Amino acid sequence: MIGGLFIYNHKGEVLISRVYRDDIGRNAVDAFRVNVIHARQQVRSPVTNIARTSFFHVKRSNIWLAAVTKQNVNAAMVFEFLYKMCDVMTAYFGKISEENIKNNFVLIYELLDEILDFGYPQNSETGALKTFITQTGIKSQSKEEQSQITSQVTGQIGWRREGIKYRRNELFLDVLESVNLLMSPQGQVLSAHVSGRVVMKSYLSGMPECKFGMNDKIVIDKQGKGGGNGCQSIAIDDCTFHQCVRLSKFDAERSISFIPPDGECELMRYRTTKDIILPFRVIPLVREVGRTKLEVKVVIKSNFKPSLLAQKIEVRIPTPLNTSGVQVICMKGKAKYKASENAIVWKIKRMAGMKESQISAEIELLPTNDKKKWARPPISMNFEVPFAPSGLKVRYLKVFEPKLNYSDHDVIKWVRYIGRSGIYETRC
Amino acid sequence: MEWANQLCENRQFGSKMTDSKYFTTTKKGEIFELKAELNSDKKEKKKEAVKKVIASMTVGKDVSALFPDVVNCMQTDNLELKKLVYLYLMNYAKSQPDMAIMAVNTFVKDCEDPNPLIRALAVRTMGCIRVDKITEYLCEPLRKCLKDEDPYVRKTAAVCVAKLHDINAQLVEDQGFLDTLKDLISDSNPMVVANAVAALSEIAESHPNSNLLDLNPQSINKLLTALNECTEWGQIFILDCLANYTPRDDRESQSICERVTPRLSHANSAVVLSAVKVLMKFMEMLPKDLDYYGTLLKKLAPPLVTLLSAEPELQYVALRNINLIVQKRPEILKHEMKVFFVKYNDPIYVKLEKLDIMIRLASQANIAQVLAELKEYATEVDVDFVRKAVRAIGRCAIKVEQSAERCVSTLLDLIQTKVNYVVQEAIVVIKDIFRKYPNKYESVIATLCENLDSLDEPEARAAMIWIVGEYAERIDNADELLESFLEGFHDESTQVQLQLLTAIVKLFLKKPTETQELVQQVLSLATQDSDNPDLRDRGYIYWRLLSTDPVAAKEVVLAEKPLISEETDLIEPTLLEELICHIGTLASVYHKPPSAFVEGSRGVMHKRLPARTGSGEGTECPDVGNAAGGSAPEAAPSIIPSQGDLLGDLLNLDLAPPTTTGPTPSTSGMQMGGMDLLGGGLESLLGGDIGGSPAMGAGFGAAPAVMPASLNAPVGGGLGDLFDLGGGVGMPMGAYIPPKTVWLPAMKAKGLEISGTFARRAGVIQMELVLTNKAMSVMTDFAIQFNRNSFGLAPAGPLQVLTPLGPNQTIEVSLPLSTVGPVMKMDPLNNLQVAVKNNIDVFYFSCQYPISMLFVEDGKMERQVFLATWKDIPNDNESQFQIQDCHLNSEAASNKLQGSNIFTIAKRTVEGQDMLYMSIKLSNGIWVLAELKVQAGNPNYTISLKCRAPEVSQCVFQCYEAVLKN
Repeated sequence: MIGGLFIYNHKGEVLISRVYRDDIGRNAVDAFRVNVIHARQQVRSPVTNIARTSFFHVKRSNIWLAAVTKQNVNAAMVFEFLYKMCDVMTAYFGKISEENIKNNFVLIYELLDEILDFGYPQNSETGALKTFITQTGIKSQSKEEQSQITSQVTGQIGWRREGIKYRRNELFLDVLESVNLLMSPQGQVLSAHVSGRVVMKSYLSGMPECKFGMNDKIVIDKQGKGGGNGCQSIAIDDCTFHQCVRLSKFDAERSISFIPPDGECELMRYRTTKDIILPFRVIPLVREVGRTKLEVKVVIKSNFKPSLLAQKIEVRIPTPLNTSGVQVICMKGKAKYKASENAIVWKIKRMAGMKESQISAEIELLPTNDKKKWARPPISMNFEVPFAPSGLKVRYLKVFEPKLNYSDHDVIKWVRYIGRSGIYETRC
Repeated sequence: MEWANQLCENRQFGSKMTDSKYFTTTKKGEIFELKAELNSDKKEKKKEAVKKVIASMTVGKDVSALFPDVVNCMQTDNLELKKLVYLYLMNYAKSQPDMAIMAVNTFVKDCEDPNPLIRALAVRTMGCIRVDKITEYLCEPLRKCLKDEDPYVRKTAAVCVAKLHDINAQLVEDQGFLDTLKDLISDSNPMVVANAVAALSEIAESHPNSNLLDLNPQSINKLLTALNECTEWGQIFILDCLANYTPRDDRESQSICERVTPRLSHANSAVVLSAVKVLMKFMEMLPKDLDYYGTLLKKLAPPLVTLLSAEPELQYVALRNINLIVQKRPEILKHEMKVFFVKYNDPIYVKLEKLDIMIRLASQANIAQVLAELKEYATEVDVDFVRKAVRAIGRCAIKVEQSAERCVSTLLDLIQTKVNYVVQEAIVVIKDIFRKYPNKYESVIATLCENLDSLDEPEARAAMIWIVGEYAERIDNADELLESFLEGFHDESTQVQLQLLTAIVKLFLKKPTETQELVQQVLSLATQDSDNPDLRDRGYIYWRLLSTDPVAAKEVVLAEKPLISEETDLIEPTLLEELICHIGTLASVYHKPPSAFVEGSRGVMHKRLPARTGSGEGTECPDVGNAAGGSAPEAAPSIIPSQGDLLGDLLNLDLAPPTTTGPTPSTSGMQMGGMDLLGGGLESLLGGDIGGSPAMGAGFGAAPAVMPASLNAPVGGGLGDLFDLGGGVGMPMGAYIPPKTVWLPAMKAKGLEISGTFARRAGVIQMELVLTNKAMSVMTDFAIQFNRNSFGLAPAGPLQVLTPLGPNQTIEVSLPLSTVGPVMKMDPLNNLQVAVKNNIDVFYFSCQYPISMLFVEDGKMERQVFLATWKDIPNDNESQFQIQDCHLNSEAASNKLQGSNIFTIAKRTVEGQDMLYMSIKLSNGIWVLAELKVQAGNPNYTISLKCRAPEVSQCVFQCYEAVLKN
């Protein structure tokens, strides 16, 4: 299990050090600093073994978090824990920065004492932790309150406390997708997938039972043609759920039922690869004119309903390292050569569906005798569209609260779809 | 809401009030100031001071001098202050054990606090203080907390048992905490169950044979129920524990798999990977034709792919594991090639791993795509990645024959880029392609030769020289090319020197006329001017070959080369199996067994995959240890805790020997009646002791096929065998050699597997060994040694393994044993500890020999002496046993026993009951007297044994049983 946990600033100074196991000595702190943070070469693995001690690290802005062990621990668990640790800290004091960590070091030690016991991760749901780890300490609690806390921390529904009340029962569903594409210069799709998340913000009283439905092909097919009602169904390759979702029920009936945590949670993540709507097509044309000049022409085509608008469109066309000057002409939006990033960045604020736009550029090169050819990084694109490129539709989200008298109809529900570009690249 | 208020307060006060100021106090005399503040009357001031102390502690300053002052602050009702003091205590208690005692009272009091959070905090902290005196006081509170009414306290106490065990294992056992911990597995609260499982699993790791977790279908069911209810971390603990269980049969295996598969949809990647581990392991037991097996295979792919959309560090862990899974079961991900395509922004460690998996998945179906990708990668910037990509193209060529041509042309394109390291890498792989497809792509040699000058890495130079030597007859200026290398011969690395030597000799054999001078030059460079013995020796060999017999030289040097294999860097199958059992853990990330990076005994236990069973029938391979067969009694092969431990035993002979279970006989006894005619049979003929006419009863043939574990029948057939065979009755009777069992699995011995048995042939005890090399390298220099044992068994000569043992080769050796070695009593008596050495390492195992091996041929006692001795031995030394289900009549039994040097001296019949009196003499001179009662029609015999050394009785009885039943 985890033997110790250290947090360093970018210089390698220790901000937090908590040792859980006797086999981790004080010198482990320095070993990581010397061999990883101050290493001459870039670190080539997130797991490092130094003198039979293994270090797992993640970096958040310029803060290093390192977990140490001498045993054969579950490596996936250690990383999951480090991420969780970051989430918890963010929930308590915002951004993970040197200043925030120094400001809250007492709190961090308290958290570390609670969520890791002898190196075993314990309940780390912020909802539960906030009931009893406060920055001031617990002043007065009645006996009932105390046992309520402990039963929540150890209970089956560790993520939600009882007795929550809202005057207005409301919930927000965001379907957030990132569409990833790798396309060959000839327009052949090399790989494409959508990774999506369903984020739920709920402000519901009591312990509401929720049931979530979407146009999952397996469910729709099971219900027969009548239930489909012309609704396009989608094939989900795989999905994972927040720990509140009853997995065995999903496995057996493919129904998604749960009691949500209060406030925001990521209900579900999913991945699809079939029938993806690719919102944009990029057509590159690169021509080398002699040794000192390149001509680049890029066309983008939007491929969705004309009534919808894509936003924050950005096309990034990489340029060689020995570029000396660039002239750009674009039909729409603004384009600029950014020497520091070795790229031409073309920005368009809005673009409706089924439109086309073009940019052309002349790139002047300095003559070099470098034998190494320019690697020609792919042209990448960023955008945001108001639909789900996977085709996912929320069919229902039913809320039942048997003890309190509000019904499903009384809950105000909001659903929103946002499709963003993930790694959306076209080779040139 | 309180924390929110607090946040607001902090903001109001501004940065002045935040904790960061504690990091900045670096004045002199600081300790004094702190001391004063700690002893202040004001609570707030105290707390501030403790915070400062903790901050100094964090940055590595020694504040242990403040110990008494800080401990004084412990008695407080302020929980935050208490936690800070506890934190300090955990850090410094060890260096100030006497002072730490001051804290005990508060701890004990806190363990009784009405607030469960405080009770738990106290017991949690006490477990972290490694001071004997505190530990003593911990027992009572811990006992109470383990049975606390509050689940939060119980779950904390469960982990505390593991802490205590780490400090003082004996104490935990003596105090009975392990039993209480086991009870917690049935706790009503899932988190308590999860923590108890975690604690028990950890404790069990340091007691490999203790069976502490005692996993059985009932407890597994409890765990599976808790799995649905506990936190994500708890699910990981439970799944990791489940992975250590071996289901009894395929049905149980399937039902567990069914209940574990829902976990594949969990958001936590570690839960998913641990579930994959359980499934990969239990799948081994499912019959492949089962529908469910196919379903399960299909279910595994999507979650594995999903892991690749996690954060990069987790992706890395996932990819290292997928690499193993793909090697074990390529069918799972064979259609998922595209997801392993490298993304431009992937961190380098993800890129390199993806590349590895791409090559493993490359097949004829997807090779075009893969090649197009690899070509892209070869133009990237990261040198390591580019090299690997180029090498990958070569490996594709070797793996998929249809693609070889395309690969070669891609490589040629890459050589045209003239990027130095790309060219060198390409030449290295092209050499391998030539090896795989001889006489096919030689047209490219000209292009390769153009790049001779740019090669500066030894591997590339050696590869190029090899190519020139190999195809010397087609390269017009081969001699010039090689000569150019020869100029700086002494500056080259050994690899290049050796290659150059061989290449020039090849050239000479192909074009002897023009190159005589060159070959002489290289031979003298290698033999006279070099300090390297390898090079010198090779030079001399060539020199002699060439000067004595050029024809033979040609045959040797230009011999046809063995084909190179497709997959070059596959993990050894035994290691792979072990790593599959460690999916998700560090071992699977390093691709090394835990023993390679974990110190001490923890995690040294080797894990293996279970064997496939057909609904309770016998297992396919009896050597797979934990396969639980149906009805056949099967014991696991001797488990040796660790090499280190056993070595200790071999040296410190007083230590208790490792617990071992007997060797595993296969379910059906091997009948080897015919084989022993010249051995024991003839021997007894010469002995002149013919035990009457071998009239055989009808019920006699029904010798039970199943032999109980750890019983080995002795060798040596009586005359009965002769008659038996002559009469063509074909009864399964007579001399019997216990079936060979695996004594040392390849897993534990770096690929060397040893199985064997013992035999007594013509009065000589022999150990018959079968050595199998399951590793990838040749093994030589075998030797054997025994530990001191009960009867002084020792090898009578060296182990005769004259030829090196190549990979996948098996050799049978028989080792004569003497009984004059050093003696030490073993438990069990017939236990033998053996050390086998080869060029790789020394390995230890233990086995049990049938004691009948030691029954000497002159063991027939005079009747009178027998009577006298029988009376003389006190009755206390008599022991009685029952032999059940034996259908021999007394004559046949007597004959059978005689073959094993158990001599019948007299026979008496009383009331239809035959009483046989027998004598046995052991090699060390101990006499055993026996009385065997056989009643006609009753398959149960009674045997009474009398001996001056009653310890042997049990072993002797076992021999009786084994001999009579085979």
